[in-house]
Amino acid sequence: MALYWVFVLAVAVLLYVLLDGFDLGIGILFGPTRDESQRRAMLHAVSPIWDGNETWLVVVGVVLWGAFPIVYATLLSALYLPLLVMLAGLILRGVAFEFRYKTQRLRWIWDAGFAVGSLLAAFIQGMTVGALVQGLPIASGRYVGGEFGWFSPFAVLCGVGLCLGYALLGACWLVQKCEGDTRDLAYRLIPRLSVGLMIFLIAVLTYALYKDFPVMGRWLDRPWLFVFPAIGIVAAIALIASVRRRNDGTPFTMVVVIFAAAFGTLAISFWPYMIPFAITIDQAAATHSSLAFMFWGEGLFIFPLMLLYTVVNLRVFRGKITANSPDY
Amino acid sequence: MTLTALLLSRLQFAFTISFHIIFPSFSIGVAAWLTVLEALYLATGRPAYRLVFEFWLKIFGLVFGLGVVSGIVMAFQFGTNWSELSRTTGSIQGVLLSYETFTAFALEASFFGILVFGRPRVAPWFYLFSTAMVTLGTSLSSFWIMVNNSWMQVPVGYVVKDGIYIPSDWAAIIFSPVVWVRFPHMLIASYLTGAFCVAATGAWYLLRREFAVEGQIMLRMGLYLAAILVPTQLFFGHLTGDYVHHYQPAKFAAIEGRWHDEQPASEVLIGIPDSVSEADHYAISIPILGSLIGSLSFHSKEVGLTDFPPQDRPPVVIPFFSFRIMVGCGLVMLMLACAGSYLSFKERLERNRLLLWLIFLSFPLPFIAILTGWFTAEVGRQPWTVYGLLRTTDAVTPFLTSRAALVSLVVFGAVYSFIFAFGIYYIYQLLRAGPVGRLVLPPPAAVPNRPMSVVDTNPRHLAAGE
Ligand code: HDD
Ligand code: HEM
Ligand code: HEM
Repeated sequence: MALYWVFVLAVAVLLYVLLDGFDLGIGILFGPTRDESQRRAMLHAVSPIWDGNETWLVVVGVVLWGAFPIVYATLLSALYLPLLVMLAGLILRGVAFEFRYKTQRLRWIWDAGFAVGSLLAAFIQGMTVGALVQGLPIASGRYVGGEFGWFSPFAVLCGVGLCLGYALLGACWLVQKCEGDTRDLAYRLIPRLSVGLMIFLIAVLTYALYKDFPVMGRWLDRPWLFVFPAIGIVAAIALIASVRRRNDGTPFTMVVVIFAAAFGTLAISFWPYMIPFAITIDQAAATHSSLAFMFWGEGLFIFPLMLLYTVVNLRVFRGKITANSPDY
Repeated sequence: MTLTALLLSRLQFAFTISFHIIFPSFSIGVAAWLTVLEALYLATGRPAYRLVFEFWLKIFGLVFGLGVVSGIVMAFQFGTNWSELSRTTGSIQGVLLSYETFTAFALEASFFGILVFGRPRVAPWFYLFSTAMVTLGTSLSSFWIMVNNSWMQVPVGYVVKDGIYIPSDWAAIIFSPVVWVRFPHMLIASYLTGAFCVAATGAWYLLRREFAVEGQIMLRMGLYLAAILVPTQLFFGHLTGDYVHHYQPAKFAAIEGRWHDEQPASEVLIGIPDSVSEADHYAISIPILGSLIGSLSFHSKEVGLTDFPPQDRPPVVIPFFSFRIMVGCGLVMLMLACAGSYLSFKERLERNRLLLWLIFLSFPLPFIAILTGWFTAEVGRQPWTVYGLLRTTDAVTPFLTSRAALVSLVVFGAVYSFIFAFGIYYIYQLLRAGPVGRLVLPPPAAVPNRPMSVVDTNPRHLAAGE
């Protein structure tokens, strides 16, 4: 049972990263864009689906709480301040979708909120991953790091990296959804963002090797892990080729593959820990009656339905958006 | 009083959830209203329904957005501020909230996109279906949250092992009789919120002599619904009181402002409870009524607060007054709904400007009743987080510093006030403007799943009042 919920959790995290990743990424790209029609196009590309995307974050939270209560309690209380910043960021960007069209004079406030909020949320998420890779200070199942125990240069590096990654996802989504100059802009951004991401990946790896993180040991134990980076590299090459050929549909798929590969690498190098090297899946799992109750209802029936809604939603709003789509 | 992390966390929880609940209660009501309108429009083809629908949809979009962003905070707060609660009860509460997310949030969030943006892209029946799914989602959400909160009020179906609460009987948890009185009480409260907001808006347009057709639809439908719902709500309120009397005698005594055992008990209508002298000042009370309300008898003995050791007593002032405010709002709503419906049957309502004014001014009542109702329930539950089992002092994150808690309280306070102020202002602007403008309907031949641009190639225009 616990394994099933690990699987659901993994799917939910991955979906969250991919789906909210592109809409946070668009928020990040939105900041430096000045042209109103491009800004509109960017918002139109995500406004019908962002709420559904963000729900996956809530799914991650409550699956953690229901199926792995200790992880939920430990992680969230440990990350008190960063989560506060992330939530504030998500609030500001969320209201921007509705509020910016209600005003002309104060539109800049909501635009700034949208850009900064997206950036903050992405940064904190990356930083959390970084803190987890490096290892949080935990003693006998309880967090002992104090207010800033999660902070490290490595975590910050990962935060920046995820911002770049999300921005790349966002740019590829724009290529797929938009036409005209917004699409051209996105095409110009993709190579730069990819190079930035590469530099960052190399930096992270060097740093991790230099500091000799426990995670690195896993790589030597499990050499077949290198399959994932290999897939990532193939996808990166395909990405570059598709950008060259201006093949609107492909870049997004390729970045998805890259993200999935990165996620697979991380997930498998953590295994069987949930909070690396402190709490394992077995220690964290809720009692059988909880996991079973979750499985027979939401796991078996509703989880597939949720995937279906997501697909229906993406299908209903598929295709390019056009310049004269109405505002709300 | 020092600002401990505990006190700050309680303030923060109370503040953020009070802020949150304002929006869901409105969206639950308005979602149902939209479904009815869309169904009426599909059935009759009357354009006025469609106009009213589009108008409320805009407001719904804003309110829903505010509800979502404030709700995401709620889902994390249990872990950040109440980590001991999360750790020990996660196997129950976490599971219930995961059911809420899976069954409700996923549903409403996905179909919300179609509701707001999707009309030109989907078939009419599918659009109606999406509207209904959003309604179902919001109602399911309140169901699970009430199951969860009811478990905290009256824990059932669990065993304790190594300090962890382990569910032993899910049926007992979900079909707890407490759930089945509190869930209807909350759900009806939300529908009432919708009904009164809609009716008040209609009354406002009639007072301004604008949008006569649409205003009348809003006023009448809102009032008729309220006339059915308010009495039902008072009945469920009574049942809710029964459960408190049965399971939480200390809370009941606090609500009643009863300090000492009485037989037969009197009912304090109003007064000022004072926990130092353990008495009510300036009390107006009616003999015997207390026994009648508590146990439906003329001579039952009713317990007073002094039966409980001081460390197990809830605060008295807040439950005492907030309960009376809630009931008062309910009674005023009852009068308005009855008088309004009666006059409207007699076709005299539109000329009675006094009543129109009162109805217009009534829209805050359901919100006030909901907030004060929750204050009664939650403050009356103190000093327990899980009633009789886990004290609030033991539920808070043990290593949370008051500095971090203060920072978060200030940040949430600032962010919420900021978006709240603007949100209310934008809603006011939309309401003020009314169902204006020309409505663009897709041409009859428009096929679903076509890009939005078909709308503009051959539009049919409709103006307000047509
Ligand atoms: C009576 C109903 C009710 C009550 C008591 C609460 N909520 Fe709520 N909540 C809703 C009814 C609701 C809703 C109507 O379903 C919302 C409003 C807008 C929306 O998307 O769903 C919502 C939104 C909402 C969301 C965002 C969902 C999304 O992304 O779509 C979260 C995470 C929560 N809530 C969590 C909570 C928690 C943890 C609560 C308790 C402590 C809580 N809510 C009390
Ligand atoms: C005669 C009228 C009413 C009575 C006797 C009554 C009774 C009660 C009682 C005893 C509680 C506390 C429950 C607890 O401690 O768990 C409560 C809670 C509540 N009430 Fe009422 N109520 C009345 C009218 C209303 C009205 C008109 C509304 C809203 C429109 C409302 C909304 C609420 C809400 C939202 C709660 C909190 C949720 C809950 O605890 O179930 N009530 N009510
Ligand atoms: C939605 C409307 C709600 C409102 C307005 C509300 C209001 C409040 C208030 C005023 C407090 C502070 C009590 C005090 O510390 O003296 C509180 C505490 C609390 N409530 Fe609620 N509540 C609501 C719903 C819920 C729900 C649905 C849950 C559970 C799922 C819940 C769980 C808690 C918890 C965990 C605390 C903090 C710990 C405690 O003080 O017991 N509340 N709430």
